[in-house]
Amino acid sequence: MQPTTRTFKANAREALGDEQLQTALAGLPTGLVAQRAAARARLPEFDELRDLGRDIRNHTLDHLDQYLEIYEKNAIAAGAHVHWAATGQEACDKILEICREANAQLVTKGKSMVSEEIGLNHELQNAGLEVVETDLGEYILQIRGETPSHIIAPAIHLTQGQVEADFRREHSDLPPSRDLKEPAELVDEARQILRQKFLTADVGITGANFLISETGSSIIVTNEGNGDLTQSLAKVHIVLATIDKVVPTLEDVSVLLRLLARSATGQDITAYTTFSTGPRRPSDPDGPEAYHVILLDNGRSELLASQFREILRCIRCGACMNHCPVYGAVGGHAYGWVYPGPVGAVLTPGLIGIEQAANLPNASTFCGRCESVCPMRIPLPGLMRRWREVEFEQNKTSFQARLGLKLWAAFAKRPWAYRLASRFAASFLRLLAGSRGAVRNLPGAGGWTKNRDMPAPQGRTFQQLWNKSKRELSK
Amino acid sequence: MSRDQILAKVRAAISDATPQLQRRAAAEARVAKPSRSAPPLQRVSRPTQELIEVFKYELGRQSANVIEAQGSIPQSIAAYLQEAALPPTLRCGSDSRLTRLQWRDAPTLALQHGPAAAQDDIGLSHAFCGIAETGTLALLSGPENPVTLCFLPDTHIVVVRRSDIVASYEDAYVRLRHLLGERRMPRTLNLISGPSRTADIGGKIVIGAHGPRRLCVVIDNTN
Repeated sequence: MQPTTRTFKANAREALGDEQLQTALAGLPTGLVAQRAAARARLPEFDELRDLGRDIRNHTLDHLDQYLEIYEKNAIAAGAHVHWAATGQEACDKILEICREANAQLVTKGKSMVSEEIGLNHELQNAGLEVVETDLGEYILQIRGETPSHIIAPAIHLTQGQVEADFRREHSDLPPSRDLKEPAELVDEARQILRQKFLTADVGITGANFLISETGSSIIVTNEGNGDLTQSLAKVHIVLATIDKVVPTLEDVSVLLRLLARSATGQDITAYTTFSTGPRRPSDPDGPEAYHVILLDNGRSELLASQFREILRCIRCGACMNHCPVYGAVGGHAYGWVYPGPVGAVLTPGLIGIEQAANLPNASTFCGRCESVCPMRIPLPGLMRRWREVEFEQNKTSFQARLGLKLWAAFAKRPWAYRLASRFAASFLRLLAGSRGAVRNLPGAGGWTKNRDMPAPQGRTFQQLWNKSKRELSK
Repeated sequence: MSRDQILAKVRAAISDATPQLQRRAAAEARVAKPSRSAPPLQRVSRPTQELIEVFKYELGRQSANVIEAQGSIPQSIAAYLQEAALPPTLRCGSDSRLTRLQWRDAPTLALQHGPAAAQDDIGLSHAFCGIAETGTLALLSGPENPVTLCFLPDTHIVVVRRSDIVASYEDAYVRLRHLLGERRMPRTLNLISGPSRTADIGGKIVIGAHGPRRLCVVIDNTN
């Protein structure tokens, strides 16, 4: 996927003016955010499980080579073909090779963010294969030629009306008289179309929420059942998973499963949690004849070696973006690459380079909500700050920003100058605000005041007030 | 080779002072003797009778129908299908817990065997166990209960024995290891907690996305 991370500011401006997008995003606080809070309230052990989840992930990362080897051994023992891919291109080539060996024409796909990361659909289509996304949100995006704007609710940026228009345009045999006013009718329409695809697919590709070392299994967590139809009806099931997905035991994965759906959608558990191990057994009447797992690195081992290792604890629930004021204002596409929101702001520079993605760790108010809801307790604001430091050290920060920081540093190192300047600024801003109590147009910061007022200081600096209250107390 | 390359990079990245052999031993010990990591949950720290109530309540929250079979299970199924105005033909695998039921009690029902076909309306499975904590059914794929029965038909009926309802996921894994042996899994272990659903259009929940529109759980009280 070609990143547009460099134009984040322009992307964000456009997103703020997009009425349909703003309507779609307005549902977040009462939707996913409120649902997570309710699910957490129903489980008193939730925060204790978060500590355990963090510890399980840390332990696994500290022994990642070992758990990968144990996973591989047990998966092969169950009949899986395990393939290792260092890069996205290697993974695409391997998957294409498997499809060719199976004489595949039609490939169905369950939802997989990693497949977006490596541009898998594009590669398979270029080779002449028909690729069909079967998650409803992903299917809608595929017919629109768009990418997901959220990692668990890929079409969250769209309104129901837009989907209706898309189906009327794409499903050419749809009579105009057919009523599609209710979401249920739209779901039914997609269900009928995709049924045929499931039944005739040659290869089914899914991602994996987790891999289990103990049993050599892969797990997918879904609500629609599309991932299960994808993997049970095709002759060949291919799992695409990055190396950080591995978890030692079934007991360990249960801790993570208790956190995943609650943090993501506020469900206690999704409708379907499926553990797949090897291909169909000799006596099985259904299931895939072959089962392949692609273990993809694509930058994870570099992250493991870096000061950003903690981001590899992520279980992709999306809570950080649901609770992020920046994501809530601009949506996922503005971030310009596969992973939006706070997790994307840390992950993206690690995967495509800070020079490309420097805007993302800067697009944060550091309000800390993401860290406060992260089920794996990843210190997201701290990691974003570290990316800003890397950016500064590599001299990638803009001239204005460096000048501003230098200026600030000059004052900060000279208390008398700092006091004088802040005294001047406080009274100047108060004067500018007048009786309104807010500055509507701040010279030199017009971009900031264009969309909001700046609350005016009440006229005196913090130090002045501090000294005053000290004097009064000692009286 | 990518495998060795990746593993070498991972090892270099860990650069732990702990010797390789010791790390290997730690990982192998954890996998060889899996132990419960999670604390006991208040929700299911209660006597068996109440566990079944939790199981039923949680399934209900997830839009499943729950029937406690008082007399014959085929009769309960026939009554459910009639009330929901559903066709009387069911498809099931070779599970003897299902085939040995007194199907003569419900002469309106017709039973077909094998994996699900596209035109099947109703799939019938027997659960390996029920998990009270989240109202979840655990099913094992195989000739007894083909996996496609869980996903292709519009309606999925699952029978679970009252004595097979356990408190938590971990309890189910202990039973699974007991049944199949350590480190053994069927092709799929399916945890099912309600009918298929989606919220991908405008954030509104719609039941019946790609999988079953109805999930009916029949609790077998006979043992």
